[in-house]
Amino acid sequence: MAWLIALVLALPAVAAVAAWARNDVAARVSGAVLGAATFACCVAAAMVVAGSGPAEVTRWLRVDELSVIFLLATGFLYMVSAMYSAGLLAHTSDDVYRRRLLSGLHLFALAMLAVPVVNEIALLWTAIEVTTVISALLVMLEDTEPALEAAWKYILIASAGLGIALLATILMYFAGTVAFGAHYQPYLDLLARHAGTYPPVVTELVLVLAVLGFGTKVGFFPVHTWLPDAHSEAATPVSALLSGSLLGVSFYAILRYYVIARAAIGPDVPRRTLLGFGIATLLLAALYLLRQGNIKRLLAYSSIEHMGILAIACGFGAPLALAGMLLQVLAHAAAKSTAFFGAGALTLRFGGRDLSLMRGGLSALPWSGSMFLMAVLALAAAPPFGIFRSEFQIVLGGLSAGSYGPVTVMVVLVTVAFFGLALHATRILLSPLPPGVGRAEASPWTLAAMACGVIALLVLGIHPPTDLALLLERAASHLGAR
Amino acid sequence: MLAAAPVPSVFNGTAEVLAMVVLLATFAMFRTQLLRAQVKLYAVQSLFVSGLALAAAVTRGESELYVLAVVSAAVKVVAIPAVMRRLLDRIDGSLAGHEAFSVTTAVLVGIAVAAFGFFAVGALEVRTALLPRAALAIGVAVILESFLLMIARTDVPSQAIGFFSLENGVSIAGLVVATGMPLLLELLFLFDLLVAVVAFGVMMRTLHLRSATVSARGLERLRG
Repeated sequence: MAWLIALVLALPAVAAVAAWARNDVAARVSGAVLGAATFACCVAAAMVVAGSGPAEVTRWLRVDELSVIFLLATGFLYMVSAMYSAGLLAHTSDDVYRRRLLSGLHLFALAMLAVPVVNEIALLWTAIEVTTVISALLVMLEDTEPALEAAWKYILIASAGLGIALLATILMYFAGTVAFGAHYQPYLDLLARHAGTYPPVVTELVLVLAVLGFGTKVGFFPVHTWLPDAHSEAATPVSALLSGSLLGVSFYAILRYYVIARAAIGPDVPRRTLLGFGIATLLLAALYLLRQGNIKRLLAYSSIEHMGILAIACGFGAPLALAGMLLQVLAHAAAKSTAFFGAGALTLRFGGRDLSLMRGGLSALPWSGSMFLMAVLALAAAPPFGIFRSEFQIVLGGLSAGSYGPVTVMVVLVTVAFFGLALHATRILLSPLPPGVGRAEASPWTLAAMACGVIALLVLGIHPPTDLALLLERAASHLGAR
Repeated sequence: MLAAAPVPSVFNGTAEVLAMVVLLATFAMFRTQLLRAQVKLYAVQSLFVSGLALAAAVTRGESELYVLAVVSAAVKVVAIPAVMRRLLDRIDGSLAGHEAFSVTTAVLVGIAVAAFGFFAVGALEVRTALLPRAALAIGVAVILESFLLMIARTDVPSQAIGFFSLENGVSIAGLVVATGMPLLLELLFLFDLLVAVVAFGVMMRTLHLRSATVSARGLERLRG
């Protein structure tokens, strides 16, 4: 296991160095190959955990059933983003831009892969802070005024949020001193095991600060305002990683605090806190999805919607809802990467991100248009894709927990979001092709990356692998499901 | 008969005074227009935070806290202000910051926010053997003031200094409630601060190259 985790962290670092190779093809292809190898290591690590339970490399690095779910999602996103980038940068003559984007992408993935692997509260915070710095520089790399503005908002708001999360980290350490004395190493598993002795008021404060602080990176209302701008102004593979993975790993940090708080103060306060943030976030996203005019902003608000659903599912607290929430993390990663790559292909074809420019997408881009349609339908929770299964589980879980009011609100808002996504997707894809716009297709790299996403969505929706189902069930039990 | 109030120890008194000076330095940042003067104030503020770490080290006699005080001073009193000054040298046309609202309003709101932070923490049952609880309340007040500074100023250097000042507030809170935190982790936070300096620095330079200003007022097209 130790070498698997070492490879998960070493391969993106090697790819970041290889991105500076003089040979353009070598730099691009090595990135895609190393991305695929990293994902293979993540799958192998998940299989080891499914077979023999949590594993430690050192006390600082540990993977359990909960962390491998997020490792799988990030590894998958990294692989497909590296594949997509190999195609996207094939025709770029600006060598400096290509090298910076590729190496930044690999380093960004490395920081995100580190988040679920570290087993210590300060390292967890540091890894998330590093993701902010690298991704903000990647947004800035686009060198346009809107990109600069988006990066500025992102750095400012995320840094302020992470300042709050740092306070949560320090107060968490303080709470632990009751059980371990003044000097101890704040390992996540250790903190969770002895949470029963922590002072309740401090633990409640820690939870709220962690949800608000890390929630800034997740995109919870009202600290979400950087998200649509940064996601829409970044290069497409960066948008995919931001949306499909960064939000997920930031939510993972919240889940780690949720586990500790639940053990310390009982389930009520943690569940109510996440339910409140989740419903407010979902409400905002559902309404904004109806009135978007930019394809990447549309997808960014869809990400906010899904983060709201994850928080609501955690708020329900029922085993089925928690397993559904974790399945949603994986399915959302697959759907969002495919949708962003399709949006990138449409943007290149129609010469802009404005939805009003895009007509006849299915005729202009038969393959990538079709896969984009499937990804959007998946995001709207249509069967037979993974998100349909996960949201179905969440709703059933909510009903079994007796949360009839929140379940009703969630179903209504998800339906509103469905109409928003479906309306825009049918307009841009199924309308007639304007005269003068020819038929063409995105690069084979783009199509391959999108196909991986569609296959993953179908597998997760129709018949998730047995080992994965087992992992989801056990990971849900880490969150308090019994 | 009234019971006599407990007399604070020399150490507690020193710690409270040092924390209070850090808060006053944050208030001074509101009044200061010149960006270089703000960097100086940040260096002074950081010096007192490092002094607080040193005071804690003397009290507990732990070598780790001495190392933390020295490294904290090297990073926050010397390195970060030096980097900021160097960045400001390159944008010599923009020496004054930009404000979203007047100094008077900012200071008045700042007093209200600091008072809120102070009394909110006072209501919490946080007891610690080493530092006085008032220092924790002052640390939280510094954090809230720094947020306000980031909102009140509309130029990137002042906002960056606001963020660094926020980290100083968290450092005070850390010294009060998490003094035993392993040195390696404390150093990790400082390293991370240096990484954040790089991001703010690149932002500042790019903005200045593009629009010959470090004011963020032109960046209002995107609507969240």
